[in-house]
Amino acid sequence: MNTLATPPLDASPATNPTAPDRSKLTKKILVLGATSGIAEATCRIWAAQGAQLFLVARNPEKLAAVAADLKTRGAAYVGTAVADLDDTDKHAELLSHAINSLTGMDIAYLAYGILGDQPRAEQDFEHAAQILHTNFVAPVSLLTWLANFCVQRHAGVLAVLSSVAGERGRKSNYLYGSSKAGLTAFLAGLRNRVDREGVTVLTIKPGPVNTAMTAHMNIRKADVNKVAATIVKAIDAKRDNLYVPFKWQPIMFVVRNIPDRIFKKLNL
Amino acid sequence: MPLSTAEPEVLTTIAAAPDPPTGPPQFESWGRYPKYNAKVVPLNWQGDFPAVLAGSHDSALPVGLGRSYGDVCLLKDGTLLETTGMNRLIDFDSETGILTAEAGISLAQILDFAVSRGFFLPVTPGTKYVTLGGAIANDIHGKNHEVAGSFGNHVPCFELVRSDGSRRLCSRTENPDWYAATIGGMGLTGLITWAQLRLRPIVSRGIDYEGIQFHGIDEFLDLKHRYSQAEYSVSWLDCVSTGKNFARGIFMLGEHSRVPGELKPSPEPRLVFPFDAPAFALNRTTVSLFNTVFFHKQGKAHVKAIHDYEPFFYPLDAVLHWNRMYGKRGLVQFQYAIPWEHAKEGTIAILREIAKSGLASFLAVLKAFGDIPSLGMMSFPQPGIMLALDFPIKPGVTFPLLERLGSMTLEYGGRLYPAKDAAMTAAQFQTFYPEWRRFARFRDPMLTSSFWERVTDSTGAKPTL
Repeated sequence: MNTLATPPLDASPATNPTAPDRSKLTKKILVLGATSGIAEATCRIWAAQGAQLFLVARNPEKLAAVAADLKTRGAAYVGTAVADLDDTDKHAELLSHAINSLTGMDIAYLAYGILGDQPRAEQDFEHAAQILHTNFVAPVSLLTWLANFCVQRHAGVLAVLSSVAGERGRKSNYLYGSSKAGLTAFLAGLRNRVDREGVTVLTIKPGPVNTAMTAHMNIRKADVNKVAATIVKAIDAKRDNLYVPFKWQPIMFVVRNIPDRIFKKLNL
Repeated sequence: MPLSTAEPEVLTTIAAAPDPPTGPPQFESWGRYPKYNAKVVPLNWQGDFPAVLAGSHDSALPVGLGRSYGDVCLLKDGTLLETTGMNRLIDFDSETGILTAEAGISLAQILDFAVSRGFFLPVTPGTKYVTLGGAIANDIHGKNHEVAGSFGNHVPCFELVRSDGSRRLCSRTENPDWYAATIGGMGLTGLITWAQLRLRPIVSRGIDYEGIQFHGIDEFLDLKHRYSQAEYSVSWLDCVSTGKNFARGIFMLGEHSRVPGELKPSPEPRLVFPFDAPAFALNRTTVSLFNTVFFHKQGKAHVKAIHDYEPFFYPLDAVLHWNRMYGKRGLVQFQYAIPWEHAKEGTIAILREIAKSGLASFLAVLKAFGDIPSLGMMSFPQPGIMLALDFPIKPGVTFPLLERLGSMTLEYGGRLYPAKDAAMTAAQFQTFYPEWRRFARFRDPMLTSSFWERVTDSTGAKPTL
């Protein structure tokens, strides 16, 4: 088991003296799951603002493609690390390396998850446990370390992609939904703990968004670039919760409040 | 604890994709004719192809934003590989203006990046909603053909990936035959994963514009000679009117303004054509009325003004889905290039034939093609006159007219543009493009299009490498 204690930040960042000046004025952002559709669209906005980015993803070719794109679009710095974020034992080392490379961190953006295969998860516990691990257990490990880091410095934003699917379990995707419900509850508690320390926790609940993850879903989906623009604004405004697109807030209010004696008969 | 995927995985084989839904096809060409069902599989990463075809025996075709009009971007009952998710930048050199990007990026996305940095597209068609790969595959042209040639002339190199997994860097010096086959190669030679494009510097969004009224092809040709140095030139043509207004039009000239101005990015278009217009919406009376208003809009015979580049290059992009104006049945385009030798008589004869048919073309564009040779073996542009028209699909009228116009084009030594075509015959195609047999040797055995099947069918000759 890895320790969740925060190691001290390297006071003398090993920077190349010939590297371009990395002004402290632009945001320093750690992106976990940088090759996901929503993460990539969000990072393009930050890159155009000249942000400094550290990207973590599992697939080296995809990560390199995203990094080159963001660098070309104007990011002041792009660092990368290839990692399987399911591997919680490596989290502490990975996060301290990322923050040293960025020489600090203003925003951590956790933007990965798997939809999983609901019918399979109903028969195969291994698959159910995998969905919970990737979407809930591993983020708890990452966010606990990051929250402790931010609390030490009394600053920082933790922006996390949860989902409207976590608002109420439905038969079509309740394993994915319950993993996101756990994540949402964890974030609510974490916010309650760290807000008084000057740390912002933003829970982002997107509806279906047009990305590779939902390519097989034949439903109306939100435009990923509009979703990304809304997320950037919510982070700047240090909001607590964000439904995106906004229409999901009233919809989920209704969905949450349908009595179970009716809800259990519905095909949702 | 099971350790596995930490990121959402793209569907890696099409076997996992759902069957295409019944009802309207998921992917339509801009003319919305013909309509074919096909499986649509997204390519989001350069490595997705050919892996995505593993285990499939269907033919496939890479497609972009579906702005070609006929069936060059369609494949009946096949697999369309939608490249628009492959839209990343790879490098930009602000000294040389050379942009390297994945081929699914749109020209609109390139402009969003480039304009604020003081750069513009070297060649642009009448819509910015086409992909870089599509622009190469159709070797598109713009209003500056006389001074800049076609799009491929500004693409120093690209990578071509074949369905056998082989990758080729293609340029004038490296794999030059593959380079020539792929420029204007209609997406049939393989997947273009990334390409370089040489952008040109600008100091302003503004275009110094001149609009000059003309009556008839002779006046058009006079203007063309008088303004042969102009960077951009194109003419709007009224091809409904007869008598003294026959072939009247407006000769439009433009240059990038040399007065430095603010280089802010374009706003998103707000207007969307909301529904399919009824079939009778575009008829001879409404089009004739529009033409009269448009011709006289500029008030005097010759005007000068400074316009933003958006309305100058992309007047129709301001209204998304404007093709719905033609109703559910859709529209067909007719676009020819006739060499100078017969350009004038051919154009007059074809315009008379159209006026006689009673079919109204809402958008008619007349332009001269210059002498700069295109680099593709199947490229459309050739020196002479180019005319582009669109027609609503009127049963029993439109296709017989197109057949007559196709034969007339052939008779005058011209050729039609595959990217705009839904009607040319196999015999016509094979005469317009004598290189087609050599080109066929470069076709990827897994890739084809409904257009290619149509224009090569009668001979049964579909050789592959």
